Formats: sequence, C-alpha cells, structure tokens
Amino acid sequence: MRHVVNNGKECTFGERRHGMAIVSRGFRGRPGDTHHKLPPGQYETTDFPVLSAGPTPRVDRDGWELTVRTETGARHSWNWAQLMALPSQTPTVDLHCVTKWSKFATEWQGVSLDVLLEDVETAAEFALVHSYGGYTTNLPLEDLLDGQAWIAYRHDGEDLAPEHGGPARLLVPHLYLWKSAKWVRGIQLLLEDEPGFWESAGYHDYGDPWREQRYQGD
Amino acid sequence: MARAAVPGRLGDRLRWKTARLADRRPESPAAHTLVFDVPGWPGHLAGQHIDVRLTAEDGYSTQRSYSLASAPDGERIELTVQRVTDGEVSPYLADELAVGDLLELRGPVGGWFVWRPEQKEPVLLVAGGSGLVPLMAMIRVRRAVGSRTPFRLVYSVRAPEDRLYVTELSRDDPGLDRTFLYTRSTPPQWPRPAGRLTAADLTPAGSPPDLEPTCYVCGPTGFVETAADLLVALGHAPDRIRTERFGPSGG
Repeated sequence: MRHVVNNGKECTFGERRHGMAIVSRGFRGRPGDTHHKLPPGQYETTDFPVLSAGPTPRVDRDGWELTVRTETGARHSWNWAQLMALPSQTPTVDLHCVTKWSKFATEWQGVSLDVLLEDVETAAEFALVHSYGGYTTNLPLEDLLDGQAWIAYRHDGEDLAPEHGGPARLLVPHLYLWKSAKWVRGIQLLLEDEPGFWESAGYHDYGDPWREQRYQGD
Repeated sequence: MARAAVPGRLGDRLRWKTARLADRRPESPAAHTLVFDVPGWPGHLAGQHIDVRLTAEDGYSTQRSYSLASAPDGERIELTVQRVTDGEVSPYLADELAVGDLLELRGPVGGWFVWRPEQKEPVLLVAGGSGLVPLMAMIRVRRAVGSRTPFRLVYSVRAPEDRLYVTELSRDDPGLDRTFLYTRSTPPQWPRPAGRLTAADLTPAGSPPDLEPTCYVCGPTGFVETAADLLVALGHAPDRIRTERFGPSGG
C-alpha cells in the first residue's frame, strides 16, 4: 500500500468534476475546510511526508560541493562555506508531490539559482540535476531561473534534515516535488533534454501539477 | 481524418478505467483485500501501484495511490486497504465499498520498485505493517511463474493480529524464507522479544550482502529509514536497496 496512512489532520479539497464521472455509491469525501487552491487530484496535508527511491545518503558538509557543468565542460563549483557566503532568500512556497499530497506555505532558506547561474555562460536549454546517492532529474533550464528555484539548506527555521534532502536540496516548487532533487550535488547544463531517474521510469518530463502532468503522456 | 490511433501500452495505462468490486475479504481487523474487475486492464509488474479516483454524488472527487497486491490475472486485480481512523478514503474502501460498486482507476504506474521474474539475484524483502502489500505481489509472482530465485521476507508488525495474508504466508513455498517480527506484542512463546527492527533481524543466513541481493523495503517512513540505514551499515550497496515509503498522510 502506498501513501495511504492518514493522521486525521489533513483537510481535503479535491476537484469538482462534471460530465460523465463514475460515481462511487456512498462516497462523500470531506471537502471544503481548506482555503487553499489545490491542483487537480491533490489533497492537503500538514505533515511533511518523505518519498525517496533508496536509502538516505549521509552527506558531510565538510566534503559537500555543488558543481554546475556546462555543455562545453566548463565547471563552476561551490563548497559549503562558499554557498553560505552567498546572499540567501527565505521563500515561502507550496509543495505538490506526485503521490497526491500538497503542503502549503512551507518556509525555506536558500540561495537563488539566479545567483549561482549568473556568471555561467551557456547555450543550454535543459538541466539534468544530480544528487549524492545517484538520483537525477531533468527540467528546462528556464524553470531554474527568474526567481523560481533555490538551493535550499534550511526548512522551518532548522537545518534541512537528511531525509528531506539535507544538507541541501534543489527547491523548484512550481513543479511536482520529485523535480526538487534532495541531496543535490550538481547541475549539468545540456543542449538536449535527457530524462532523469523517475522520468526514465514513466514519470513526466516536465511535471506541472496544475496541468496534472504526473506520468509520461499526461 | 486518417490519424491512426496509437493503442500502445502507455495509453492503456494512463486512461481512467471503470473498475467494479467483484469480491472483498478481511485480512486483519483493520485491512480488507478488494478484488476488482477492470475491463481493459493491461497487466502489471509486481510492486507497481495504481491511482484510484473516487467521485461523490455531488461531483466531489479525490485520488489516492495504492499498491497492487496480486500477481497478474487477466482483468482482475487486488488491492489491500488498511483503514486509517479519520482517513477520507481508506475507511470508505476498507468498510463501505460493496460488491458491485464502481470506482475509477488508472495504471499500473512505477518502474523502479518492481520485481521481474527475469531477475536471477536473491531478493530480500523488508516490510513494515501494510508495506507488505507490494512485496506480497512479488512473492505471488515468484510463485505463479515457478521461479526458483531465493526470496527472504522480514515482516515487522505491531502484534500478531496485524499480520496480513497469514494463511498464505504459512503455506509451503519452497525458497521463500519468512521471518516475522513483532514490535508491541508477540505470539505465546515467541523466541524474539517484542521490539523494533534491528541489524540482527536482517543478518541471518539467507541474504547476506555478499550474495548481492536486491533489497525491497516498504513501510512507514520511519521504518523504511531505519531498515535502509541498517542494510547500508550491513554492507548492502545503496543502489541495490529500493524503497517505497508511505508517510503520515493520505487516507
């Protein structure tokens, strides 16, 4: 069973469907007591569920490094102290996981990708994000820019916990959360799109929750 | 227009289908197995899941994901749903949905947390609570295809009455090694005291790291974190440990 435990704290506001919907006799649901607008097929949770494909990597800050590599092979790297020295932002964002939960108004601290990518020269249109532990995910480069993405290292006023991607994760909240790679260690800039881990396993290349792009073909 | 339809497998999987409840049976005080007939079901791999969509009379609709419990069997599939108090969906599915009732589903989904009969390496299954469900599908597929791949199941539950598929797991199934762990209360004269999963529970003969088993771990987040960390510490390569977690949300 997958993602089926409920602590009773959630409030749900699903979609209202019209036309030829199949009605499940006796199902009522409990819509209505959230004031948040949910993407289609999502429900609200106040917890922070964990979803990962394997063990949680333990990444030491002393050895941590973030590398941006361009299509020409040029490399730009930051160690932990260098990342901490960059100006940070404290975005408050909504999270939408493809496993159906949404969590609203989550608080983060991190460095905008606009800052990190400012001096990078590239003709790339796509990015393949790499994580400690081997995870990858792909997205258009433009979705990392213009105030839409951060390398986040604090959540809810605390250092980011390992199971949530600490010491640092990508945060791209306008896409399904699997794009917000945990334990991020590199961003590879590419001229052509290359599928990442879940994208190779049938999940959508873009993953817009508002268009419900969960799986390849959605 | 002569634009040919592409009736590929992908399209099959992604279209919402109407499923009819054909049968239901209790598995534990809190869990029921639901048997659905799904016209057009394209088949599935052990470990995959489906999305379920429920729609109320007033048009309100919500979705959840559930692992498939059964081995492929034509257009018939099985889910095992554990009721969670105050959940929006699980009490309805576990207790109210009656034989003949309809819901919508699509799938199968997921290409990572799966076991394929072509895999020849030993398999270590580590289940916490209802995390057994997708692992049971693997056990059932192994048996259905007559695979001789060694399987070892380590299954942790709170108490004896929480076990799923008790009768089936008690049957003779050559090459399937079974270990039950109880975290709160044990059967009478059970040799292992009640307690949480430890490294010792994962070390006995069967699937030591040097046999390079593929490990499938499924359960609540805390259980999966613990089990996966223990496996790494015992020497299992992280890339041979596949995890599926369900957090305190859903319903």
